[in-house]
Parts: sequence; C-alpha cells; structure tokens
Amino acid sequence: MISVSGLIGQVFAIALALLLAPLLAGWVGQCRAWLQSRSAPPLLLPYYMLHKLFNKDVVLAHGASSLFRAAPFIIFGCMVLACAIVPTLSTDLPFAPAADALALVGVFGLARIFIALAGMDVGTSFGTLGGRREMLVGFLAEPALLMVFFTLAMIAQSTSLPTIVETLAHRELVIYPSLAFAGVAFTFVSLAENARVPVDNPATHLELTMIHEAMILEYSGRHLALIEWAASLKLYAYSCLGLALFFPWGIAPGDDFLALVAAIPLLVLKLAIGGFLLAGIETVNAKMRIFRAPEFLGTAFMLAVLGLLVRLLLEARV
Amino acid sequence: MFGFLSLDLLLIAAVAWLVIGVAGLLAPGNTRFIAQLLFPVGAAIGIGVGLIGIAALGAPAETAVLAIGLPDLPFHLRLDNLSAVFALLLGFASAGISVYSAGYFREGKGTAPGLLCVEYHLFLASMLMVLLADDAYAFMVAWECMALSSFFLVTTDHRHDEIRRAGFLYLLIAHIGAIGILLCFGVMTGGAGDYRFAAMRAMELTPAWSSAAFLLALAGFGAKAGLVPLHVWLPEAHPAAPSPVSALMSGVMLKTAIYGLLRVSFDLVHTTIWWWGVVALAVGLATALFGVLYSTVQSDMKRLLAYSSIENIGLIAVGIGLTLVFHAYRMEALAALALTAVLYHCLAHAGFKSLLFLCTGSVLHATKERSLGKLGGLIHRMPWVAWLALAGIIAGAGLPPLSGFVSEWLLLQGFLFSPSLPHPWLNMIVPVAAALVVLVAALAGFAMVKFYGIIFLGQMREPALKDAHDAGPWEKAGLVWLTLVTVLLGVLPSPVILRLDAATRQLLGAGLADTLREQGWWMLAPISAERASYEPLLVLATIAVVLMVTRWLVRALYHGRVRRGSPWDCGYHFEGPRAQDTAEGFSQPIRRIFEPMFRMERHFPAARDKQPYYSVKVEDHFWHWCYLPIARLANSISAMIVALQGGRIAVYLMYSFITLLLLLLVARP
Repeated sequence: MISVSGLIGQVFAIALALLLAPLLAGWVGQCRAWLQSRSAPPLLLPYYMLHKLFNKDVVLAHGASSLFRAAPFIIFGCMVLACAIVPTLSTDLPFAPAADALALVGVFGLARIFIALAGMDVGTSFGTLGGRREMLVGFLAEPALLMVFFTLAMIAQSTSLPTIVETLAHRELVIYPSLAFAGVAFTFVSLAENARVPVDNPATHLELTMIHEAMILEYSGRHLALIEWAASLKLYAYSCLGLALFFPWGIAPGDDFLALVAAIPLLVLKLAIGGFLLAGIETVNAKMRIFRAPEFLGTAFMLAVLGLLVRLLLEARV
Repeated sequence: MFGFLSLDLLLIAAVAWLVIGVAGLLAPGNTRFIAQLLFPVGAAIGIGVGLIGIAALGAPAETAVLAIGLPDLPFHLRLDNLSAVFALLLGFASAGISVYSAGYFREGKGTAPGLLCVEYHLFLASMLMVLLADDAYAFMVAWECMALSSFFLVTTDHRHDEIRRAGFLYLLIAHIGAIGILLCFGVMTGGAGDYRFAAMRAMELTPAWSSAAFLLALAGFGAKAGLVPLHVWLPEAHPAAPSPVSALMSGVMLKTAIYGLLRVSFDLVHTTIWWWGVVALAVGLATALFGVLYSTVQSDMKRLLAYSSIENIGLIAVGIGLTLVFHAYRMEALAALALTAVLYHCLAHAGFKSLLFLCTGSVLHATKERSLGKLGGLIHRMPWVAWLALAGIIAGAGLPPLSGFVSEWLLLQGFLFSPSLPHPWLNMIVPVAAALVVLVAALAGFAMVKFYGIIFLGQMREPALKDAHDAGPWEKAGLVWLTLVTVLLGVLPSPVILRLDAATRQLLGAGLADTLREQGWWMLAPISAERASYEPLLVLATIAVVLMVTRWLVRALYHGRVRRGSPWDCGYHFEGPRAQDTAEGFSQPIRRIFEPMFRMERHFPAARDKQPYYSVKVEDHFWHWCYLPIARLANSISAMIVALQGGRIAVYLMYSFITLLLLLLVARP
C-alpha cells in the first residue's frame, strides 16, 4: 500500500515545504516593495531572520506559563502536518489518508487555538486583543473554507485531497461554474487566514490594526522563529492548496518519478506567479476595519454556498 | 458469565448503588466515611456497568420481568444494544465523576453528606433503570426518580434563593417534558392499553398517529435534553448545582433523553416520514446555533458550559434529523453513518463536558469564584487542572486529534451524501445546513478559547487568587480518568465504532463495521479509503514527532537559553491585570456581529463621567418571548379568579345557588 517512492516523495515534499516556505514569504515581500516603488529587501531575508532569531536568547515574560513555551512547537508541528497532507508535487502521499480536507481544516483550527491561547497567556492587553480577533476571523473563515471543500468534494465524490486533485486534473475540459465561485471564496479565505491585507497587515505593529502580530508580541528568539516559520508554512500550504485545487495541472499522478522531478520547477513557477498576484492584491487594497471583516468573509461564505448550489442545481449530471 | 446474564449484573449494579446510597444514611454527618469510602465504591460499580455495557454490545437482547410494579403490570426490563451503548456511557462517565466527588464533597452548609449520598446514588440507579425499562410504566417511574433525585441534587445549597428558583424551574420543565413523554407512550399503545414496549413495537400506527408520537417524543425528551425553546432550565440549573452534579447532568442525564428519543423514533415507531428528519434538523440547528452564541457571551464559567451543552445537544439532534431523513428513504448505510455520529457524539460529549464541569469545580473550590471576570492565571497555581482542561477544550472545540472532532467529522461526511436524497429540494437545502454546523463548531472554538484563556491564562485578576491550590488526589484521579476517555475516544475511533456497530445494526439494519474491518484499526474510513479517511493517531504522532525533533534540533544546532523579563507589550509595561480582556470584552465581537440574537441591556459611560462605568447584561430572547408571557397570563387569570373570592359567605352561597340553577337548566331531561 505504501510504496517506497511514495515515501521518498512524501519526505521530499515536506523538506521542500520547509525550504520553500520562507522563500515564498520573501518573494511576496519583494514583489510588494516593487509594486509600491520601494527598494526591495533581499529575497533571502526570511532565512537571515530565522537564523538570527534562532541564535538569540529567548526572553520570556514573567507571567509566561509552560503553555506559552510549548505553543510554538505545537503550531509548527500542525503546519508541517498540513504541508505533508496537501498534494504539492505528487498525489501519491502516504500521509494523505491521515487527514482529508475536513480534517485539514481541523488541523489549522488546532494551530489557531494554540496561537490564540499563547497570545492570552502573558496577560497583556494586546495579547488578548489579538487572540479575540484571531478567533473572530477564524469562526468567520472556517465555514466558508468548509463550503469550498464541500463543493469540491461533491465534484470528486471524495474528501480526500489527492483524489480531489486527481479528479480535477484529469477532467475533460468542462467549465465548472461552481469552481469559479469556490475559487474566489477560497482566495478570500486564504487572505484572511494568512493575516494578509485587507483583513490584517503582516507588516504593521499599529495597535488598532494588529491581529496576528498582536498575539505574538511577547515571543522572542527561537519561539518567534518557529512561529514565523509556521506562518510562512501556512501561507505555503494555502498557496499550494489553491494551486492544487484550481490549477492542478502538472502535479505528478501516482509514483511517476520523472513527473515528480518535472513538477518541481512547475510548482516554483506557479508559486512565483501566485506570490506576485498576492502582492498585487495587497498593494491595491487598503486594510479594512476589523468590523468590516465579517462582511468580507460573509461574502466569501455566500460565494462558496452559491458555488455549492450551482453545483447541485446545474451540474448534478455532469 | 458465571451463569449470570448481563441484565442481571446490571440490576445488581443498580441495587448496589441504592445500597451505597442508603449506607450513607448510617452516618449522615461523617464526610470522610461517605466521601472516601462510599463514593469510590460507587465509582467501581460504575466501571463495572461500563464493562457490562461493552460486553452486552453485539449480544442478543435479554429480557426480564421483575416481581415489583403494579398488580397486573410488573416491571419489564430489556437490555439490547442501544441500552448497552448508553449503559457504558453512564458507567464510564459516572466512574470518573464519583471518584472526583470523593474529593469534592466536604462539610458545607447545604444538604448533609449522607442525604447527598442517597440522592446521588439514587440518581445513578434511576438513570440505569431508564435505560433498562421495557414498559412505559417502569420507564416513567425511573424517569421521575431521575428527575426528582436530580432536583434535590441541584438544590444541594438550598439556602440560596436563586438556587431554589433554578431548582423549581428545572422541576417544572422536567414535568412538562414528562407529560409529553407520557402522551407519546399513550399514542403508541394505539388505545390497546398494553404498555409494554414489545406491544408498542408490534402496533401498526397510521402515519398521522406515528407523527404525533414522534413530535410528542421530540418535545418531551427535548425538554430534558435542552432543545430550544425548552432549554431555559439548563443555564439556571447547572450553575446552581455542585460541579459533580452538573457534570453528571450534562454528561449523562441529557444523554438519557437522547436515548429515549432514539428508542421511540427508531425502535418503537415503525414508519419514518422524511419531514420528521427536517423538523429534528431544524430544531437541532436552531438549538446548536443558539447555544453556542449564548455560550460565547457568558460571564459565569458554569453558565458558559451549560450553553455549550445546549449546543452539543443541538448537534446531536442535527445528527438524529439526518439519520431520520436517510432512514425515511431507506438509505440505511448512510443512516448508519449519521447514527454512528450521533452515538459517538454522545460518548464524546459525556467525556469532555464532564471533564470541563469538574475542572470548574476544582476552580470553584480553589478560588470560591464562578465569575470569569475575577479569575485568571490559574495555570500557575493549578497546573494539573489547567492541562487536563486543555484536553477538554480541544475536544469541546471539535478539533483533531481529540474526541469531539471524530463525531463532527462523521456528521459532515453524512451531510456530504445528502445530495443523493431522492427529494427535489431537500437534497439542496440539507448540504447548506452543513455550513451552519461548521459555523457552530467554529464558534464553539471561540467559546472554549474564552473559557480557557480567561480562567487559566493571563495575569490573576484578583489578588486572592494567589492562594489558589491545585486539585486533591481524588479530584485529580477523576479528571485524569475523563481525560483518558476523551483522548482514547479521539485517537482510536475505529475500535469504538466497531462496537457501536451492533447498535446501529439493531436500529437500522446497517452499520459501518464491514468497511472498517477492511482497513487497519488506526484508520477511520466509513465508506472507503478513497472517499474519505482520518487517522487521528497519525495526526497526533506527526505533531508529537515534529515537536520533539524540532525541539532537539533547535537545541543541538543553536542553544536552549532562556531569560526572564517584563512583558514587552509595545512598551506599555505599566499595565496591571485590569488591562486584560474581561469576559465581556472578549465576546464583544460576537455581541456586535450577532446583535439581533441577543437581548441586551447596556450602559455606556458618557465622555465626562466622573466615575465612568460600563455594564452589559445579556438575556435570553426566549425568556421574554415564551416564558414571561405565559407567566403573565397565568398571573392575570389567577387575578381574575381572585376577584371571585370576596371573602363573604353570602357571595359564596350565591355562587353555589347560581351554579345549581345553571346545572338544573343544562341537565334537564
């Protein structure tokens, strides 16, 4: 059942995720700077940051508990698992049966709970504010994400991610209107979940606008490094998920080694384009007030439900 | 088993519980004797009941007739697979709660320990008898014993006005429910007057009478379970009761109502009509959404959990609705999937909600404080309780790899199949209902983070909390047991579902066991591995391995140095504990987004107030829409009747005279 090549492919996919994720974050930052006509930071900046942070001492606040120290490792573990489940290069993933699309949402939810609790742990006003807002974004985004997965699962007759990707990659060239709705909804959700403009701004420390940064204010040293790395892994996982679901061409089916090798440059190319588009979205949009976020994510939810209904109404016999 | 039937052993267990209870009266004031001897023995019997429940799963049904009861209607008992599932739930959950109680009950102002012991064990025994009853009479007797004993347990601290009020409200709604159940049984006898369940099973009812029976059962059992709009007693009774009692009521007693609903709708009534499922689905969704929204805005930790129980009962009702819809169209495999989700959620909720209620008990003992706004930072003083509660909230938020997620995952898998329903619009509406289920699950995460973060994390909001102490050994043992249940149900779903298969097979003639046996024990794939799979053990193991390896690598490649310092907090380091979110502050986004759902009385400070104060009081709409109008109506009717009573004997004589005249006129031959 579990092939050797599948196992190699799995390990390789995880290693690639760990390696590429900070690069993706760096690339988005660079594109953003270009688009905003600033001089860009180096592409490898996230790696320098991680190295620097790992070298630094951890400064723990006096009131920090053991939960605060464990949380970065748990969050990192959740994100590595998520990257292992998402089909990035091939659909032959021995880890994939561990969690289907619904369980993947659960894994992201687990990471969210830990980061929100860690934010509340030291007992500063910003930490609790961040935790509260993160949970707010979470409960708005999760139903929309699930509805997207429901639409796709109904097309593929399966919630297992490799099966969905294989079905979508090998379909005839039929246009699914439901996929268009689902794709837009997924983009909205990804922006919110990854703390990007217009819901959050990863580059700000303004008290009124912070969500993600507010929760991790008290982190330093290796803990902060792991959280930053986990955040970039999350962005990577969401990007790969979007690419795999809506642009699945080029992902190696089964244990074809050559296709696996060929999938790597294609993935990098797709991620580069995706990162550029993300930077574009972040440049042309302004960050919205926190209480506009329900409208934004409500729209995503409505689009996802529309996609589902379109699927049920129009495409039931396709 | 030694020549005994499982049913006999369960009866012995029920009698043993009663004996333990009565033994408490031998020394009603001796707390040590009662708490540390009788309660642990009761817990051991609980484990026995659980084990017998497991053994009885898959075995043929056993029946017995007791010599007690009415002259021509002795108690009929029956142990089948459905009762066995709930017996094992009762046994294992009550074992943890009884052990915990051994450390919890101390000398206090309320009910004497001996009396408490009687009520507690009578409560356990009557719940067991509810599960075993095989005729309407035995069922109602056990049901009333359960209601009354739990009423006395709720009012343990009966010197407080509000606790007595909560108790009476509970008693009132319990009896409204009992009337519904009684009428339901009446309908199911079909006028034949035979109150044995066996006779009801044999009775062929018309669809109209079947529907009446189902609706009466939904209302009657719904009142006990806490379905909207009959939920109002839950948030009053749970904070009033001692924590082990809340745990028992929320974790176990609510499930007996679910048991009753399943018994009536799948076993006693033959026909199933699709709209029953829609009704259950709609009521369940309303209950779940209502419960979770209110649980996020509570400021009292036990009220928060009570509303969360309402939410979970709502989810269970949603699952029952889905099962009914599939069952009505004879899609038994899918109905079995949804019913498995229902049973699994019953087990999971019994574990994690009992755990959380017991944790609030320890916090209450350590701090004498129930209000979230006066707690905080307890993870430093109560590490055991805090870490065990963490397992409870992860399960309560429905997240992998713990127990709450398994049932939600199964339920969503069931929803994914609803487009195959052969009904023109139902197959489109039902998948969208899944979106609401997910919203409820996500909001439950919000409520659980609020619960945990405000009680255990942050700075201590009151100076007195510095003296808080961790739970004692008995309490720890109970909490560890329930945590174990929660974790095992979370990571090993497949072996559990293989046992539950017997119950779904009995009710629906289909189960998940055949597909599950084809896969490994670690894997949960209810239909096929290609269709959907979930391996919680692998999820847990991956996270744990990555955690260890990362920790080791970081230390090996870099260092493990730690310094302590003041919090950074953007430089505002003069903040005291008051600057943290209060319970009200944390839920402000919910109150704002879902404003029409709440009835709020708010007071905002004005800009120039010398002593600004802010207050918000969130009330239940149903209280003002349903209950207060009924109360006012009752009051005004009685006021009218009071007008008749002038207190003068001449007037009363005139009333009799007029009545007599009227009767003569009416009854003229």
